[in-house]
Amino acid sequence: MTDTTLINPTPIETNDAKEALYRATPRQLMWWRFRKHKLAVVSLCVLVFAYLTIAFAEFTAPYDPYEITEMATMQPPQSVHLFDEEWNFQGPFVYGLKRARDLETAAVIYTVDTDDIVPLHFFVAGSDYLFWGLIPGSFHLFGAEDPDTHIYLLGTDTLGRDLLSRLIHGGRTTLTIGILGVFFSFLIGITLGSISGYYGGRIDAAIQRLMEFIRSIPTIPLWMGLAAALPVEWDPLFVYFLITILLSLISWTHLARTVRGSFLSLRGEDYVLAARLLGASEKRIITKHMLPAMTSYIIAAVTLSVPEMILGETALSFLGLGLRPPVVSWGVLLQEAQNLRVIVQAPWLLLPGLAIVIIVLSFNFLGDGLRDAADPYGR
Amino acid sequence: MLAYLTKRLFWSIPMLIAVSIVAFIIIQLPPGDYATAYVAELRHQGDTVDPLMEQEIRVHFGLDKPIYVQYWWWISGIVLHGDFGQSLDYNMPVSNLIWARLGLTLAISITSLLLTWLIAIPIGVYSATRQYSALDYVFTIFGFIGRGFPEFLTALVLMWLAYSWLNMDVGGLMSAGMEQQPWSFAKVIDVASHIWVPLVVLATSGTAGLIRVVRANMLDELNKPYVETAYAQGLSERRVVWGYPVRVALNPFISTIGWALPSLISGDVITAVVLNLPTTGPLLLRALKNQDMYLAGSFILILSVFTIIGTLISDILLALSDPRVRRG
Repeated sequence: MTDTTLINPTPIETNDAKEALYRATPRQLMWWRFRKHKLAVVSLCVLVFAYLTIAFAEFTAPYDPYEITEMATMQPPQSVHLFDEEWNFQGPFVYGLKRARDLETAAVIYTVDTDDIVPLHFFVAGSDYLFWGLIPGSFHLFGAEDPDTHIYLLGTDTLGRDLLSRLIHGGRTTLTIGILGVFFSFLIGITLGSISGYYGGRIDAAIQRLMEFIRSIPTIPLWMGLAAALPVEWDPLFVYFLITILLSLISWTHLARTVRGSFLSLRGEDYVLAARLLGASEKRIITKHMLPAMTSYIIAAVTLSVPEMILGETALSFLGLGLRPPVVSWGVLLQEAQNLRVIVQAPWLLLPGLAIVIIVLSFNFLGDGLRDAADPYGR
Repeated sequence: MLAYLTKRLFWSIPMLIAVSIVAFIIIQLPPGDYATAYVAELRHQGDTVDPLMEQEIRVHFGLDKPIYVQYWWWISGIVLHGDFGQSLDYNMPVSNLIWARLGLTLAISITSLLLTWLIAIPIGVYSATRQYSALDYVFTIFGFIGRGFPEFLTALVLMWLAYSWLNMDVGGLMSAGMEQQPWSFAKVIDVASHIWVPLVVLATSGTAGLIRVVRANMLDELNKPYVETAYAQGLSERRVVWGYPVRVALNPFISTIGWALPSLISGDVITAVVLNLPTTGPLLLRALKNQDMYLAGSFILILSVFTIIGTLISDILLALSDPRVRRG
């Protein structure tokens, strides 16, 4: 009985449910409201899955993202089958591909060889890696039993590198930039936004003008200008860090606006006045009384600004101004699919783009769901 | 109204100055200066360069002066003589290179802005008046997907689809053979068969967001008593909807032109790189990669000035349409 009421708290049928609703902490209420937003819940699952995958990238990626296989360049994706041609159950497997050359154009063509069945094995020993650069290991989530046979579920790129492995390792860069960048813009946004909203007056006007100014510059040209100034020869990790800071230097305004708005509305609340009359210091009022009241809004706003970061990174790297090879990120991967000839030959190279769309949409839906859930006057 | 206008105009002056400083900082950011780059270029071509000559170039261009003096020279050259400096890469004045491209960028941005409104307003109004209808869901899904697609990806996918389905190469502004020919009907058709791609790309991302805004605003307005009164007076649905709530719901729109413009220009820059259009994008990218900093800085400066002027216009429009704004 309690289960049904947890999912849908509004129609209060029994006393038990009523009791649960009255006793619920704000956090519980939020969680109940959030669970009603199906799309947001699905998005949360997608994001958890994506971040788990990239956290264990060395293990979940079947191959080393830099491993070049000359005899498997631009190989199309192999789909997983369960039954063979005669509908005999074989367990998960892929068909091997035969490589040949077109006699007239000399282009490499792959044909599916239905006699060659390569079963998919889980937890197989493959290429060695250092997990997070620390722990040595060689086990991979899946792969062919014979280490010399490769399975390319998403195909390979122009150099014969496994796209799935590159996608997973690239996700580690792109998705962490999203989170790190938001962290930095959150720091700037919340500091300036709360100062602006709390003090008002001239300080507020000055910060408002600064925000208006930043908003009025077209972001991509500005990012391009700043990113181009980073020397090519710098350490990739350092460049990664700087790009993240660059992205957040420009996109904190959205967060600051949200924070300022809620500060302005909270400033007039009775309990803030009460705290002030009781002699609480300004720092105490801001951090102990006002910030907790707006946490949920801030979380929603933060979630909604992650995609902005991810899109910024991919756009810059795609243009060749952000991260550069050998670093793998989704933008770097898409750089390969920049011209029409390559896309026509190997449309699967656009798959990192699909990954970007899925992640961006998930963050958007999750943010929408959180925002609705955080609104105490919502339905 | 006049007071508001003066105040607003007055405010855009510090904005313009700040933008010019940012653009100048971008010019100065890369290590080395014009002289180092120029000498490196000469060495690259095999000339032997005297270190004294490098110093001479520096003195000649005033690069040995303090930074604020250089800024003053740069900005006064632009404001007083329309001189944006010299492009290192093309070895000609920046102003010869940029205006045609900026014009095309502006044309594409404004056309796609108009296109966005033309599509988004009727759809938003329809979605609100027929809430939860099948088409409303279709538009909502379109809106969600449009939100997730970055411009360059839409451009790539469109280019690929046009090639594989219609067997059309839509990159560039016109087909390869057309560039040298004089303007004719065939050339106009050819340009039209290319230009729709950037317009669709830019309009998609804008439309997706705007449909949601119009729909939400309209839903708020439709529940108000004055709408019911209008219906009770016996007005037709068309006259009620388009005559009253739409006009109110469009108010926030005008105020967002200012924000739509920066994102449109951003989008145009990156879309143009993918589609290889002769707008600012590819030239800016090339200038940045080759550290042709006066060219790059001028682009960034002018694009930002455009958006500031756009914001100014949208604020004035807003003041004209909404008395609450102009009374402050």
